[in-house]
Amino acid sequence: MTWAGAVLVVGAALAAVLGPYLMPFDPASQELALRLTGPSTTHWFGLDELGRDILARVLLGARVSWIVGLIVVGVSSVVGATMGSIAGYFGGRVDDVISRAMDVLMAFPGLLLAIALVAALGPSLTNVVVALTLIGWVSYARLVRGQVLRAREFEYVQAARALGASTPRLLVRHIVPTALPALSVQATLGMGGAILAEASLSFLGLGVQPPTPSWGTMLAYGRVHVLDAPHLTIFPGIAIAALVLGFNFLGDGLRDALDPSSQQRRAN
Amino acid sequence: MGSFLTRRLVLSVPVLLGVATLVFSLIHMIPGDPAQAMLGETASAADVAALRSRLGLDRPLLEQYAAFLGGLARGDLGTSLRTGEPVAQQIWQRAPATVELAAAAMVFAIGVAIPLGVLAAVWRGTAVDFASMGLALTGISVPNFWLGPLLAIVFSVWLEWLPVSGRGTWGHLVLPAVSLGAGLAAILARMTRATLLEELREPYVQAARARGASASRAVLRHALRSGLIPIVTLIGLQFGTVLTGAVITETVFAWPGIGRLLIQSIGFRDYPVVQGCILLIAVTYMAVNLITDLAYGSLDPRIRYQ
Repeated sequence: MTWAGAVLVVGAALAAVLGPYLMPFDPASQELALRLTGPSTTHWFGLDELGRDILARVLLGARVSWIVGLIVVGVSSVVGATMGSIAGYFGGRVDDVISRAMDVLMAFPGLLLAIALVAALGPSLTNVVVALTLIGWVSYARLVRGQVLRAREFEYVQAARALGASTPRLLVRHIVPTALPALSVQATLGMGGAILAEASLSFLGLGVQPPTPSWGTMLAYGRVHVLDAPHLTIFPGIAIAALVLGFNFLGDGLRDALDPSSQQRRAN
Repeated sequence: MGSFLTRRLVLSVPVLLGVATLVFSLIHMIPGDPAQAMLGETASAADVAALRSRLGLDRPLLEQYAAFLGGLARGDLGTSLRTGEPVAQQIWQRAPATVELAAAAMVFAIGVAIPLGVLAAVWRGTAVDFASMGLALTGISVPNFWLGPLLAIVFSVWLEWLPVSGRGTWGHLVLPAVSLGAGLAAILARMTRATLLEELREPYVQAARARGASASRAVLRHALRSGLIPIVTLIGLQFGTVLTGAVITETVFAWPGIGRLLIQSIGFRDYPVVQGCILLIAVTYMAVNLITDLAYGSLDPRIRYQ
């Protein structure tokens, strides 16, 4: 399944990078006379409510998903790792403050806080990224904090401290690297989560705004025509499910490869 | 247990205060003048000033904050800008629909996931296992705002078995509940399989088999019973996902619950209602997590809180 995940993810990445260049149709050009036409040999995924080629828009929408996923996961993991390291290493008041902030953010289920933030800041791609990053760093921070609490007691860390290594050096060279395997699994699964979250917000009208194509926005418009033109709903949905499934397969495989107990469970 | 309950309740207070503070600050995150944003660009200066005064936005921030917390303590969530009704009243009118949907989704998820997880564990490594877990991973990956319309296409449009949207009969509940519960079912099925595999290796299960218990009895009466603890915990922890999912599912199926009220209020820039909905969902989520924590202790007699 890991390989299936890798194929899906690499395939989606290539489609996002190369697809728009290879497509003979402009995602914005309209053929109003052919609006809502179903899949054909010319337009493989059919045309939308304004007569735009759905395949071209799905490929361009892939870029939006990738951009959101990469920025949200990249920034969240760096901020989360930094906050988690500081909380875990210094403990005491610093840990209390960071942990309570994490508790408050974790008190909002799933996307709710992102919905609230985007509702206040206004719907846009930038605000979606900001909102998802503001809530996204917490899971990384909790993970790294736990790892740092454990790793700071390791003998080689105490030896490095005794030899005069500075705190930043101890954290960056000796402690945080112990959390990297778990962090990479979390980031892989987080990519799927961020892509799904962006699509959800766009579906609710809080994310990417037209005419920029986003899979969530395409689904929202497709819903209006679910009875007379189901292809508007089917293809963007397949794209989201396939990419998220790819990241879930990949994350699961990575976890199995990096976690010996998980490998043992699987073997049994 | 009593001291654990007290400790958990005391620890919840600062988090609750943090949640209230964050919800209070939402209105102040609106770029520019919040009152202008709520009324729109064409609103007159007099109307904007009146709204600012009505919402207390012309008072010092600390005073606004104290008034907000005081209102919460009295159960006053403010007044809707659109309807003029108290926010709490609007939310309570919608709450039964959301509770009904969330409960039905959880019943569906549990009803599907546990048999699927048991089958996958018992027939580990076979086609049944791969099919069940493949289905579960797909369920996790499929967004409910896509699954909903797909189910509507099949069961409402093609087969004409169920209504497309709205609330009223049991038939109206089926598609939203399945759409909302599918993701949870997928997560629970994976957890059930993993837990059961571990339990099946335990000596007490093998001892039961040695005493003559049938395979099905060993699985269902012994292994699954012990394995229920982490599964129940997960159900509690995933309740938040169901609540958030309900926001989307209610929008897809025009289900008149709190989630739909939230999204409609965002569209109308009715921020007091938005704040009320967000606060209520977060507090419900916290309460369910607390109950899950307590249930964990009562389900497993080996667990004793210090």
